[in-house]
Amino acid sequence: MQRHLISAADLTRDDAVLILDTAEEMARVADRPIKKLPTLRGRTVVNLFFEDSTRTRISFEAAEKRLSADVINFSAKGSSVSKGESLKDTAQTLEAMGVDAVVIRHGASGAPYRLATSGWIDAHVINAGDGTHQHPTQALLDAFTMRRRLVGRDAGLGQDLNGRRITLVGDVLHSRVARSNVDLLHTLGAEVTLVAPPTLLPVGVETWPCEVSYDLDSTLPKSDAVMMLRVQRERMNAAFFPTEREYSRRYGLDGDRMARMPGHAIVMHPGPMVRGMEITAEVADSDRCTVVEQVTNGVSIRMAVLYLLLGGAEFQTAGTPAAPARTAEEN
Amino acid sequence: MDTQDPQPPPTSHADARPVLEAPDIARVMTRIAHEIVERAKGADDVVLLGIPTRGVFLARRLADKLEQITERKVPVGSLDITMYRDDLRMQPPRALARTEIPGDGIDGKLVVLVDDVLFSGRTIRAALDALNDIGRPRAVQLAVLVDRGHRELPIRADYVGKNLPTSLRETVKVLLAEEDGRDTVLLGAKQTPQ
Repeated sequence: MQRHLISAADLTRDDAVLILDTAEEMARVADRPIKKLPTLRGRTVVNLFFEDSTRTRISFEAAEKRLSADVINFSAKGSSVSKGESLKDTAQTLEAMGVDAVVIRHGASGAPYRLATSGWIDAHVINAGDGTHQHPTQALLDAFTMRRRLVGRDAGLGQDLNGRRITLVGDVLHSRVARSNVDLLHTLGAEVTLVAPPTLLPVGVETWPCEVSYDLDSTLPKSDAVMMLRVQRERMNAAFFPTEREYSRRYGLDGDRMARMPGHAIVMHPGPMVRGMEITAEVADSDRCTVVEQVTNGVSIRMAVLYLLLGGAEFQTAGTPAAPARTAEEN
Repeated sequence: MDTQDPQPPPTSHADARPVLEAPDIARVMTRIAHEIVERAKGADDVVLLGIPTRGVFLARRLADKLEQITERKVPVGSLDITMYRDDLRMQPPRALARTEIPGDGIDGKLVVLVDDVLFSGRTIRAALDALNDIGRPRAVQLAVLVDRGHRELPIRADYVGKNLPTSLRETVKVLLAEEDGRDTVLLGAKQTPQ
């Protein structure tokens, strides 16, 4: 694994499977009377959120606290950022306070990459969503949910998603979740199909490692998992489709469409859902819909990522043993 | 705790000398099972927790022996101590193993921790910390197949398969059929890194 988690495309298959397997063990901590591990005791993690978020932020905070890290929450509202402070100055302030990791969400694509590579800080950087670029922990928790549901909890250990057919439906253009999922699912061997109106597909989508379709009904019977994406009105500056009703009729998932999916297929949504738009209440409340499960799994995945990035020694140079040989066979 | 590192320890099995063979290991496990029954006056409330990887196999074998003696099922589980290690920051992150606590939990029970080799005692310290987060046993005891000495903490075993005086230049490797295809305990010399 690398020092930072910026993009799902940076993960190799083995990295991704290691994170999923680790998350499977982390999930068991939630069943214990004391939901806490001492692993990151004395480490400080800052949640640096320049954009609004409910579940990602709470999920990271829960994961950090379960691993006993010290957590500092920072949101752009009510901070010096609203007075005009730059990302660089904010980062250097955090560095001066001695933080070990920064979880960053930013409206500008590439902000986490800049933070990680600029030399402003030494801390590990974890991308919690940047603009329309990437949201790697979301892709990991989605893959984790798919592996649990489609392969099995114990049967899935060490496995990838080879040959599973995953369909992503909706606003691909503005979706960092879609980009991260396409990258990660491709790495894990799944066959990904994007379904969206042509106006909501980005330029260059034909170079992505996935299929593209404009027709939801013909894709549904060939899907093991269908992920509905929210139409991101806050990022829209033009008329991408005539009316909401028309979008909903052609690309929304309702009970009839769900009935045409294979019996084992699941419905996923990264949240927040807009009921009546991309998904009907009937589908959202059915037991094939994994929205709530995805939130639970998010905490396990983020614990796994934090543990794997922060829990061990840093590899300085490859080939140098990180510890004296003695500990290798300590009993 | 046995070795599950990315780089295997610099020991080849070829020049290692067996100190316990399969029949010895079977006899030793039978003796430990009898000792547990004797000390626990029937082993009514015993819960066996193996420390991954080889401790878990030994715990399952002990559970079978205890069942033969007492004609009752003995709860057996596993306790991964990776997240509680004191040397986590000295080496690359380790993959986690499974923690499986039997259904009735460990509150008020006599927990017997099972491991293959007792060496510095640090693994057992970590296991005691881990137990603390899972429940409150009536008492905790420790069973090991081999005690090789060189303790770094005030920890001792209640049931010892074989006391094996070693030097720090030697390595002790337990091989079990479940994981390695054969039962044996090897004593080898640590090779100096090139």
